[in-house]
Amino acid sequence: MKVVVTGLGLVTSLGEGVQDNWAALSKGKSGIHTITRFPTNGLKTTICGTVDYIFNEPKSAPDLTQEMALRAGREALSQSGINGDFPGPLFLGMPPVELEWPDRINMSRDINGEIDYIALIRAAESGKFAHLGTKFIFGQIGINLSDALKTKGAPISMSTACATGATAIQMAVEAIRRGETEAAIAIGTDGSASPESLIRFSLLSALSTRNDDPTKASRPFSKDREGFVMAEGAAALVLESYEHAKARGAKILGVVEGCGEMADSFHRTRSSPDGKPIIGCMVNALNDAGLHADQIDYVNAHGTSTPENDRMEYVGMSAVFGARLATLPVSSNKSMIGHTLSAAGAIEAVFSLLTMQNSLIPPTINYETPDPAVPLDVVPNIARHASVSRVISNSFGFGGQNVSLIFARDV
Amino acid sequence: MHDVVITGYGLLASNGERGDIAGYPIFKHEPVEFETQIAKKSDLRQMDAWQRIGVYAAGLALDMAGVKGNAEQLSKMHMIIAAGGGERDTAVDALILNGIKQIDNAGAYLNTSLMSELRPTLFLSQLSNLLAGNISIVHGVIGSSRTFMGEELAGIDAVRIATDRIKAGQGEIFLVGGSYNADRPDVIMLYTSNGQLKKGDHAGMTLGSVGAFLVVESREHAVKRGAKPLAQIQSVYSDRLAGDVNHALNSLYTKANVARDTPVISSSSQAPKFAKAEKNFFKHALYDAADRIGHSMEAAFPAAICLGVQELHMHKSLVIAGLGHQVGEGLAHLTAEI
Repeated sequence: MKVVVTGLGLVTSLGEGVQDNWAALSKGKSGIHTITRFPTNGLKTTICGTVDYIFNEPKSAPDLTQEMALRAGREALSQSGINGDFPGPLFLGMPPVELEWPDRINMSRDINGEIDYIALIRAAESGKFAHLGTKFIFGQIGINLSDALKTKGAPISMSTACATGATAIQMAVEAIRRGETEAAIAIGTDGSASPESLIRFSLLSALSTRNDDPTKASRPFSKDREGFVMAEGAAALVLESYEHAKARGAKILGVVEGCGEMADSFHRTRSSPDGKPIIGCMVNALNDAGLHADQIDYVNAHGTSTPENDRMEYVGMSAVFGARLATLPVSSNKSMIGHTLSAAGAIEAVFSLLTMQNSLIPPTINYETPDPAVPLDVVPNIARHASVSRVISNSFGFGGQNVSLIFARDV
Repeated sequence: MHDVVITGYGLLASNGERGDIAGYPIFKHEPVEFETQIAKKSDLRQMDAWQRIGVYAAGLALDMAGVKGNAEQLSKMHMIIAAGGGERDTAVDALILNGIKQIDNAGAYLNTSLMSELRPTLFLSQLSNLLAGNISIVHGVIGSSRTFMGEELAGIDAVRIATDRIKAGQGEIFLVGGSYNADRPDVIMLYTSNGQLKKGDHAGMTLGSVGAFLVVESREHAVKRGAKPLAQIQSVYSDRLAGDVNHALNSLYTKANVARDTPVISSSSQAPKFAKAEKNFFKHALYDAADRIGHSMEAAFPAAICLGVQELHMHKSLVIAGLGHQVGEGLAHLTAEI
């Protein structure tokens, strides 16, 4: 069963919509900037790819996560030409949800004397904060989006850390392949930048601290890379069986040919040093697509700009592509849009499809100091014209999550 | 179409243990030696309660299915886990909330306090997908790892997707389930805000700490490796027909093509919005799972299936069904192995 893409939607720090995003990305523009949305005093990292043009005032992570997903979803639906009730389910990749500091602080204002959780429970009993019990449950964003996009049945919300967006696409592909539905919407979205989320990654020494020059901070595969840059965004894909798309005369934007995954049991935040899970994940995707590695024209890398990820991704790609890797274009969108976490797999899937459509490979920007340990053709700094018929897009995450997707230009 | 069978389950839940947070009753899980399933102290130290509960229950399920430590099986075993997450360091939260009241620049104070007070590893016990991550590390399940979020529906859909993938040949053996720690004042606070919890005369949910996991596989796969099927999963359905409880549940019975007089264990949350109508719909139920072990959100549906498997020596056919506390509903139809 062939699964095709008929609609795309994008929201990133570069802008809203597929067109604006592609224009910026193909010019090598960075969306990373100094954070202004919340106070950064005392933070080690004060830069981010936040999406600040959606709301005029600071909102909660669920609000932004949902609104970006909705806008990307509407754009994808509009391109697909499907109006009214959508004939399939929603697969939503999104960040975990939790009550936030502004709400906690707001609740504690009602407390006289010592504040602890028992006192907060008493404050909650007032009923003044009833909206929190709906807003901060994990399933609510999926329900709201499913209502707004008129998808069928129960939406599935998921998290596989930094591979989440790719997992959402994989889930949709599987549902179509097993004949459960003719169409599905896959969305990856993440609007969870906040002081606490930055601090969590800072405490694990995962973030770049190149605060003085934000657009230069994300430098995947460079020798002087020193961490990823957190970012926000959303992407949506309308997926259909080829027969369904053809029958309704839809324009086909590409094919999802293969999905692969493999979990890593080595460590909570680090990859197995032998690269086996990363290799296995890419090989599984190739097998699923029925392809050989030499049929891949371009790698849309996970390329986070952390010392560890980029080295391990190189190790994995070396095993899969062999000597050919030296001349295989490999670039990281994260050099421009940062690491959009739960959205990354979906955003980079959309960019992979646009790469093929436009015969233009987006660059890895900030590539000034090559790393001799990671000798790659990263498409340095400037986009490159090239006919690309197949892309593999990698997504790896904390908790041993690895997903690779293979997209083809032609049916 | 492949038959889907359960070859192992693990349930860590209350065996009569109860507790109380600020006057709200909870069910505590029965006390166990976590070391029996999580051998390394360094692993235990990295996990918070919900992860320990889940990794322990997953280990029980793998043991019963006879695949514990079997690298060949574990390397192709797919994992679908329903999880919430986000356990807080309540002492740090309280410290900051008390401090922030005395301070003019709340933002700066919050940042510097979090930087100095948060344990670096706390994040890894908060991330939703790190229950799955810990199961990979401790038990070696590495075929794949997916975490569903979204309270009761996440648990229902985890079992549904595993079942449907096996039926369609998208995988042969799965570990599926979830865990929940009810002994958390921050979740009591959240569900109190909109009156979901039972307290005194106020009807509502009683949360329970539960870990519930199933090993499910195709019948051919189970037979081939010499495993004994404990039950067959005929079908699992989920939906989100808002509002009318009878309509929502009847629709699932129709989809599953199962008779209304089939014995049933209710996975009702007992939340105020639906409790009465659900109780009425399931008036002939064997029992409400929540009456025995409390309501465990993401783990509730897998847990009710574990309880259901235990009842199948008495019944040929059994339904597990219920609504989520705010949204969603699900039904599983189990049959006995003769």
